[in-house]
Amino acid sequence: MPPVLPVLLLAVLAPPAVLANQLNLQTPVTSVARDVYDLHTLLLYITIAIVVAVFGVMFYAIVRHRKSAGHQAKQFHENTTVEVIWTVVPLLILVGMAWPATRVVLAQKQTRGEDMTVKVTGYQWKWQYDYLDDGVAFMSHLSTPRDGTLKTAGGPYLLEVDEPLVVPVGQKVRLLLTANDVIHSWWVPAFGVKQDAIPGFVREAWFKADKPGTYRGQCAELCGKDHGYMPIVVEVKPEAEYARWLTAKKAQLAAQADDPAKVWKLDEAVRRGEEVYRKNCVACHMEDGKGVPGTFPALAGGAITTGPVAAHIDIVLNGSRKNAAMAAWGKQLSDTEIATVITYERNAWGNRDGKVVQPKDIKAARGGQA
Amino acid sequence: MATVEDSAHLPHDAHGKPGGWARWVYATNHKDIGTLYLWFAFAMFISGGVMALAIRAELFMPGLQFWQPELFNQLTTLHGLVMVFGAIMPAFTGLANWMLPLMIGAPDMAFARMNNWSFWLLPPAALLLMLSFWVPGGAAAAGWTLYAPLSTQGGMGMDLTIFAIHILGVSSVMGAINIVVTVLNLRAPGMGLMQMPMFAWASLITAYLIIAVMPVLAGVVTMVLTDRHFGTHFFNAAGGGDPVMYQHIFWFFGHPEVYIMALPAFGIVSQVIPTFARKPLFGYASMVYATASIAILSFMVWAHHMFTTGMPATAQLFFMYATMLIAVPTGVKVFNWVATMWEGSMTFETPMLFAIGFVMLFTIGGLSGVILSVAAVDVQLQDSYYVVAHFHYVLVAGALFSLFAAVYYWFPKMTGKMYSEGLGKLHFWWSLLWFNVTFFPMHFLGLAGMPRRIPDYALQFTDFNAISSVGAMMFGLGQLIFFYNMVRSIRHGKEAPQLPWEGANTLEWKIPTPAPYHSFVEAPELKAGDNGVILSMQGGEHH
Repeated sequence: MPPVLPVLLLAVLAPPAVLANQLNLQTPVTSVARDVYDLHTLLLYITIAIVVAVFGVMFYAIVRHRKSAGHQAKQFHENTTVEVIWTVVPLLILVGMAWPATRVVLAQKQTRGEDMTVKVTGYQWKWQYDYLDDGVAFMSHLSTPRDGTLKTAGGPYLLEVDEPLVVPVGQKVRLLLTANDVIHSWWVPAFGVKQDAIPGFVREAWFKADKPGTYRGQCAELCGKDHGYMPIVVEVKPEAEYARWLTAKKAQLAAQADDPAKVWKLDEAVRRGEEVYRKNCVACHMEDGKGVPGTFPALAGGAITTGPVAAHIDIVLNGSRKNAAMAAWGKQLSDTEIATVITYERNAWGNRDGKVVQPKDIKAARGGQA
Repeated sequence: MATVEDSAHLPHDAHGKPGGWARWVYATNHKDIGTLYLWFAFAMFISGGVMALAIRAELFMPGLQFWQPELFNQLTTLHGLVMVFGAIMPAFTGLANWMLPLMIGAPDMAFARMNNWSFWLLPPAALLLMLSFWVPGGAAAAGWTLYAPLSTQGGMGMDLTIFAIHILGVSSVMGAINIVVTVLNLRAPGMGLMQMPMFAWASLITAYLIIAVMPVLAGVVTMVLTDRHFGTHFFNAAGGGDPVMYQHIFWFFGHPEVYIMALPAFGIVSQVIPTFARKPLFGYASMVYATASIAILSFMVWAHHMFTTGMPATAQLFFMYATMLIAVPTGVKVFNWVATMWEGSMTFETPMLFAIGFVMLFTIGGLSGVILSVAAVDVQLQDSYYVVAHFHYVLVAGALFSLFAAVYYWFPKMTGKMYSEGLGKLHFWWSLLWFNVTFFPMHFLGLAGMPRRIPDYALQFTDFNAISSVGAMMFGLGQLIFFYNMVRSIRHGKEAPQLPWEGANTLEWKIPTPAPYHSFVEAPELKAGDNGVILSMQGGEHH
């Protein structure tokens, strides 16, 4: 037989997170994750005991009750007492499991009494964090370069982002989760939180981290091509540090804000547009603007990018009516971002429009809507 | 009464074996159709297996080596669909076709012509699935669960997949109707329901599950189709729809589907273990009741696949308790098998080895299922590699091992030849070892936080992925042993004796080996005990 039991035992006995190849759940840093960890350990002990008992009997029979050992078959085929026992005993074991499990389920669902609220929006393929109490909002993208090497931007491969979610230690953070396009799932194992982000609906989750540190997770619900490339990074900071970060972040966002009345020149619009393109469009339409044939249309020499500008603005702003994969970017991007990215797309990869789409054009196309 | 007289005067060989391709294309004989099903399932098993190996090759080390993410997603999607609908379900239907009439004393399946149709729908459906890799945009890439709204994106590969599911669904419903009618109406006198072999009970209950839930699947994928092309908004929140409703409908099909792939396995093992333990099945009646309870409970637990969608606490608790409850009848089955082995006089030919491997590994998969049933823990493990490990223990070591047990067990009856016992044992030990090397480390990956369905992963997951990929390659290689053993033994195997297994005492072993082309043309008079054990048989004509 394969070494199933020794490996199982090793899984329980090994101290968490000290082995290079971790065998158990990640070290918990919230009360819920700790409860889940302990509950899992309890369940594992119970199931190992069952395996040992049942297969102990089975292997005893295999060794002793074999024809080659000269064993004669006894022809019994029922025993009511035994059958009642092995129906009732598992039932009691299950009740014993359900009792502590119920407590943890109820704790997971207790989202009231929060100290702060962050709205989390899943996009193909990035996360948006919206600090509802402080008016701070930003996108969080994978920062590992996608160049086929295993080089990173300084963090762990595929688990690093440009803008982590930052929260204070010891505070109950309530998350309101939704999504823009398809279902995503926000999973940070050390917090014991996994909650689907569902387009059109708002779901809740919560965590209260006990220890400052950086905690990493990933999108857990298949959400298309780059599902494996939308990690989650949460930095838990001491209260004072968090307050400093928040102030700095507000100042930074204010400084970055574009003047919506600005009139852009071609080269600066193309430069700015390329940044927007790299963050938002490159995943489908690709670096070279050629898209993925059959799934994501080419922009290089494309009908829309070389056709009338009104149709181009319309599809970026409102999404495609034919292909659900093309999102309505009007909800995510500012007038300046949309104007410059369209300018970029009409003047890159051999597209030679030469004209600049200005933020006021986008404002007009929005037709007075916010 | 003219027709009766006419048929009475027909020579018996008037409906003998047609030759050549016509025998298979026009097949109405349950044995021929069973054979077609089994070879088709094997071809699909190989196709789905090649996809699995392509997935494991990509995951052997971090970085992208072979496939782009889009193609990787297509491979995981089609691997699941092909294995579930192309390999496992048709294989069980094929076995039921071959063995049910022999085990209950029926001349053939009840609807012989419909039987032809239920098989011949499968190849075009398989073709649609396979060809979808080459259409613009490639195959469906939303996972075998085809969750909306992701499945409303993507190219025509998704539409081909939806049509393929429709066709496969029609095929399995027709196959299931045939099984229900055959079992209920065509049993020989003396073969009462509570004397039937467990395999017949399991097939009957499975058939009811198929009839109940395949239309649900067909419905939900049709809703995706109309969302994609005809402007409906079933799953589009912007149009008043609900993406989570897709999951509720899908898993109302999907959870019974799990038992559609497990109950026939229970039936097979309940025939094989008594034969090689030379003892009657322990607790036959409780086996029947346990199978029925599992089937009924399987309709009440679907939302345990959805613990992270954000259901209210009461719903989490209801589905958690209901799911845990399934462990009781499943436990009863395992205890009954062990009790059947207890005080037996066991020998360990290949079918018995696979049956014991099944009991052992299926139980491990069942117990990780109990851990997953606890909603609080499931939130941590859902959509991680732990789940991948769990359902491969249930479906590979469960369904697939039981199928191997069945094929080795009934091979002499089907072909009149003996397979090579040495190669059979090699196939078992090889599969057992590499199966565990492939799937056991996935538990650790899931616990440590690796999501499923990703083409590339963080570096701390490297070692276990490498081990798992090596295991998968070796497991795949080992299936060639099986293929070689089958082909070689069909051609050059030793002649099988009339009764190749000393302890076999169900009806199929009371007729000549190999089974005559037309068996039980006249119904035999039977006296049967539990689990289809034949105490005496009179009459029953074959040719």
